[in-house]
Amino acid sequence: MILAQSTEEPFFRPEWVGRNLDRIWEQLVEHAYLTGLAIAIGLLISIPAGVFAYRHRRAYPPITWFAGFLYTIPSLALFAFLTAYTGLTTLTAEIGLVSYTLLILIRNVVAGLEGVPPDTREAARGMGYTSRQMLWRVELPLAFPVILAGIRVATVTIIGLVTVTSLIGKGGLGAFILQGIQRFFSTPIVVGAVLSVLLAVAADLGLLGLQRVLTPWSREKKWA
Amino acid sequence: MGEPHIRLVDVVKQFPNSQSLAVDHLNLEIEEGETAVLVGPSGCGKTTTMKMINRLVEPTSGQIYVDGRDVMEQDPVQLRRGIGYVIQTIGLMPHRTIAQNIATVPELLGWEDSRVKSRVTELAGMLELSIELLSRYPSELSGGQRQRVGVARALAADPPVMLMDEPFGAVDPIVRARLQDQFLDIQDRLRKTIVFVTHDIDEAIKMADRIAILNVGGILEQYDSPKEILRNPANDFVREFLGSERGLKRLALIKVSEIEVEEGPVVAPGEPVQKAFEVMESSGSTWTSVVEDGELLGWVDRQALEGKARVSDAPAQKFSAFVTADSSLREALDSLITSETQVAAVVWEGQRYRGVLNLERISREILA
Repeated sequence: MILAQSTEEPFFRPEWVGRNLDRIWEQLVEHAYLTGLAIAIGLLISIPAGVFAYRHRRAYPPITWFAGFLYTIPSLALFAFLTAYTGLTTLTAEIGLVSYTLLILIRNVVAGLEGVPPDTREAARGMGYTSRQMLWRVELPLAFPVILAGIRVATVTIIGLVTVTSLIGKGGLGAFILQGIQRFFSTPIVVGAVLSVLLAVAADLGLLGLQRVLTPWSREKKWA
Repeated sequence: MGEPHIRLVDVVKQFPNSQSLAVDHLNLEIEEGETAVLVGPSGCGKTTTMKMINRLVEPTSGQIYVDGRDVMEQDPVQLRRGIGYVIQTIGLMPHRTIAQNIATVPELLGWEDSRVKSRVTELAGMLELSIELLSRYPSELSGGQRQRVGVARALAADPPVMLMDEPFGAVDPIVRARLQDQFLDIQDRLRKTIVFVTHDIDEAIKMADRIAILNVGGILEQYDSPKEILRNPANDFVREFLGSERGLKRLALIKVSEIEVEEGPVVAPGEPVQKAFEVMESSGSTWTSVVEDGELLGWVDRQALEGKARVSDAPAQKFSAFVTADSSLREALDSLITSETQVAAVVWEGQRYRGVLNLERISREILA
């Protein structure tokens, strides 16, 4: 609709891109930064929460219920609500973004831990691993492929969601989209959207590569 | 012998939410360097008993001493690091290479890298695992190779005590027999104190110095050497558990060298035929072995010697059944039956003559 109204304006102006290269790069970096930070904080919360939920099964339903509740709040509403308390800050953006990672990450941490072969666990205990050594040297390494699968889904989701934070003055590439909408100018919208998609694809492939490198043992056959 | 290496005193285990006992006032003493096999039907508490020794399961009451020390007064983590542990499903760490898997306990104990490395190489040699396997991951190995890695891992820190829960259970019978033989060889050299759990009575007979036969509810029915249990089962349960062929199973445990073998009729080839007839006469047979300087040449009978001057004038026939001194009576019996002859020659170190063995002599051993 917006595009249809701007009749004299071409759909895409390459010279705009040329003039704005510096800003495009800046926003791209901010986009990646906001995403990376959200995933990192999400993991710092999800790994302990997931380990706790795995060890205390009764805690699992309330934890996922809460994370699921956060996940269902419309992002626009959440950011608007948070702005009243934390203002137009990176903190506001991150609180929202992190909230959306939790459900995916916690579920995958628990699923990963559940996938650790019971005989491996028993042998480890029988050989004298402490429960801390068990967690760090056996359980989390073996859960890693599943956790990483969660990280990939969460990352792609968050990269899309970061654009919404443009409404509170952040937004990375989303800032171009917002700018385009406000000025009936399609070029920045195209730039923001395309780069956002490319960033998501690149991040996904990068994480897949990371998994290949870090888990050479799961590359061949699956363990029985 | 002094203090047994492992001692269970009135050990009881009752699991929560269970009416009945898993282990019922069990007393057991295992001497240093012996392999004690816990065997019985499912629900007899054999695995539970084993797991109480390294405190994977805590006894409800009673005491367990390893090396004279009550396990309940020791830190379970330290205790476990000092006891080798092998389980049926092996439980190798999928994310660690074979070398890293074998090195597990030495690493936990904080050995230096060079010492760990040379120990891993040594164990690979002992269990006939080729060096190139060491850098692979468990998923790339065959079942038999994985079982051997499991044993190597349990031996890594050279623990005096090993707990083995059906360690050769997950492979086919041919590979299992090979692994058993290999482990018996290793145990011959290392003389570990081993608690070995199996549901297979034949495996128990093969591996054990002593067998503990457990009944459902963790009741010890008999604890004795395999030979003694086969010869003299304590009760109907044990008799039934030993299954058919009890006599044959016992024969498999007795070596020919362990019994007295009759010398049988013997002549030297250079002697006159008359001497051969006298030998046959006195032993009541119609044939005699021909032995020269302790070397068995064969046998001759009355018919062949008729009209000859010396024993060597008649061609010596080959025995169709041979047994060596270190074969078992079961093997001896088998060669007697399959060669359709009454008598087998017993030889040692090639063709050195030791005597003869017949069905009657073997059946006397069955009845002993």
